[in-house]
Amino acid sequence: MASMIYLDHAATTPMRPEVWEAMAPYATDVFGNASGSHGVARRAKNALEEARERVAAVIGARPSEIVFTSGGTESDNLAIKGRAGCGGAIVTTAVEHEAVLGAADHCARHGSPLVLVGVDRSGRVSPDEVAAAMSPNTGVVSVMAVNNETGVIQPVRGIADAVAGRAPVHTDAVQAFATMDLAVDDLGVDLLSLSGHKFGGPKGTGVLYVREGVGLEAVTHGGGQELGRRSGTSNVMGAVGLACAMELAAGDRQRVREVGGAARDAFVAVILDAGVGETTVDIDATITSHAHVRFPGVRNETLLIRLDRLGVAVSVGSACASGAATVSHVLTAMGVPPESARESLRFSFGWTSSVEDGTAAAGLVLEALDGLR
Amino acid sequence: MSRVLVAMSGGVDSSVAAALVQAEGHEVIGVTMKMWSGPNGEAPTSGCCTVSDTEDARRVAAQLDIPYYVLDYTDRFQTGVIDRFVDDYLHGRTPNPCVECNRTVKFRHLLEQADDFDCDVLVTGHYARIRRVDGRLQLLRGVDQAKDQSYVLSMLGQGQLARTRFPIGEIDKGETRRIAAGLGLRTAGKAESMDICFVTGGDYRRFLRSVAPESERPGPVVDCDGTVLGEHRGVATVTIGQRKGLGLALGEPRHVIDVIPETATVVLGRRHDLAVLGVELEQVTWVDRPLEPGAPIGLQYRAHGEAVEAVMGEAAVEFEAAQYGVAPGQTVAFYVGERVLGSGVISATRKLVGPLATANPR
Repeated sequence: MASMIYLDHAATTPMRPEVWEAMAPYATDVFGNASGSHGVARRAKNALEEARERVAAVIGARPSEIVFTSGGTESDNLAIKGRAGCGGAIVTTAVEHEAVLGAADHCARHGSPLVLVGVDRSGRVSPDEVAAAMSPNTGVVSVMAVNNETGVIQPVRGIADAVAGRAPVHTDAVQAFATMDLAVDDLGVDLLSLSGHKFGGPKGTGVLYVREGVGLEAVTHGGGQELGRRSGTSNVMGAVGLACAMELAAGDRQRVREVGGAARDAFVAVILDAGVGETTVDIDATITSHAHVRFPGVRNETLLIRLDRLGVAVSVGSACASGAATVSHVLTAMGVPPESARESLRFSFGWTSSVEDGTAAAGLVLEALDGLR
Repeated sequence: MSRVLVAMSGGVDSSVAAALVQAEGHEVIGVTMKMWSGPNGEAPTSGCCTVSDTEDARRVAAQLDIPYYVLDYTDRFQTGVIDRFVDDYLHGRTPNPCVECNRTVKFRHLLEQADDFDCDVLVTGHYARIRRVDGRLQLLRGVDQAKDQSYVLSMLGQGQLARTRFPIGEIDKGETRRIAAGLGLRTAGKAESMDICFVTGGDYRRFLRSVAPESERPGPVVDCDGTVLGEHRGVATVTIGQRKGLGLALGEPRHVIDVIPETATVVLGRRHDLAVLGVELEQVTWVDRPLEPGAPIGLQYRAHGEAVEAVMGEAAVEFEAAQYGVAPGQTVAFYVGERVLGSGVISATRKLVGPLATANPR
């Protein structure tokens, strides 16, 4: 394979070289356990807390409100299970990431009432419906900032306003951070999940923002790290890399939106002009990085495999642990029939994408389709 | 050189099949068909096509440096194989799901899908051989007689054979393992899978109870003359020829000789009541040209049985000597020597004793 056009940034994106450099000393020289008391431990602890401050600054939070985790899935689990552990019902949506849905389902099986709010044909959640789903004992409301499959932006601020302080609001902002300006007070949320590898940081790192005063029952117990909210030896190297990546990604957002958006738009224009596909959602309602396209009459796994051979890396958006494509629960919630859901592919652009990637990839999609018709 | 699609189960046979066609210089794509899944869509952890089998296939593909994908076949496997398996048992028939999987899933859907990947040929790890003689394709037993799988491939025709290859049918199992070991493939010493892949733990009766509770409908167990001897737990839980497990003490050995699904009746008899002189067939297929009635053939009615002498009739076959434990629903394969000539599914058996035993039409 001569070269690869990587259009799966929503799955993961390459680490920024500066991040790797920033992390390196903490793998070797400053290897200390941040919970220790001696010199090398103090240096590690110092780096950890400095990373916390930098992370907090990027999203307009206080350092004490930042919990370092192993990634988006753990952050979501801690938010949902942590709130459920304090009692009360869970209100969330049918289109959340499996991490939220799985955690909510777990809590429901252990006695927490669970209400799933649906979406309309456009994939959007209505703030009014979320508010209507609440009860006096609602313990957490969780609505993702951006859907990972379709890229549809959810009205998180509107939902927070509709909830009006009756329960803490959590948002899974894992897909949003690379392209959307995120400040916790602007969003009006009390809990927010981030994942480092989605914006050029290391895999295995994440953040849960927890607004001061919001109670959270720990899920992992042990040494009481992260103010008792997440025990386990601190991943200092990861936290340093995460903080570095957050700053770089936030500073690069404007460019990524413009270039990635132009690449995405160029890609979609070719597909639409050729009459071979249609976007599954209104592209103006999505973040600039995502194009979710249905190719009628073509099974998504077939097109993915043909594109892989042509050097274009994309994703079906919904796959099981073995890697087999499954029918997307997101599209199902939008009322899309299973046969159509199996014809949809996600193309996602990121910080390394160029406009040429968009047009070149579209040409290869047409080539891949050509052999099938 | 051509492009080939290799169906990789994660076992040693398909691993070596992939390695052999790659060594011939072909461009290889490996796929595993995800045939079924747990209640939440997860891959099974026991039985066949488990998470670890898929991982084995993935690792072998990585070692051979070939692209590898898991394809979702759960819907097609459900309708083509599992639904029919359950329906057959509910109608008192004895199905062979591996034959149906080959017929409807591997050599229909997957073969069609090979086109989608621009692959000319589908390769599997079956022990059988394909020969071209005078421009026609023949299907032969595998070189390793003990491992021969031509029976479960007996429904293939010229069109399918033209696009299929069975590289390990040309060698024996020991050689397959030696090749795998020589290449350092992790599957070299892997145990055989013998059970029906979707029936965890090998207990198909429990599987039937879980997916078709109506299989539990109890009914009478009667003698040949209609005398009620007791009660059974469901017609789907007994098979023709069965001698034990009915919970009845009758003093002398009795076999299930008939199952009447309409009345949920199980009929017991002595061994000679099981004797079958011939079978009527449906879904008859031919590898090449049909045989004329009256032609002598070898007939194999079990995956791991031997061919018995028989004579071809009109959608029927007469045995030279009475056979025991033959039941409607079973697949038969027609042989002449090493060659498979065709296949059929038993719709009814002609008994030595009593009336024609027939199962409900599906």
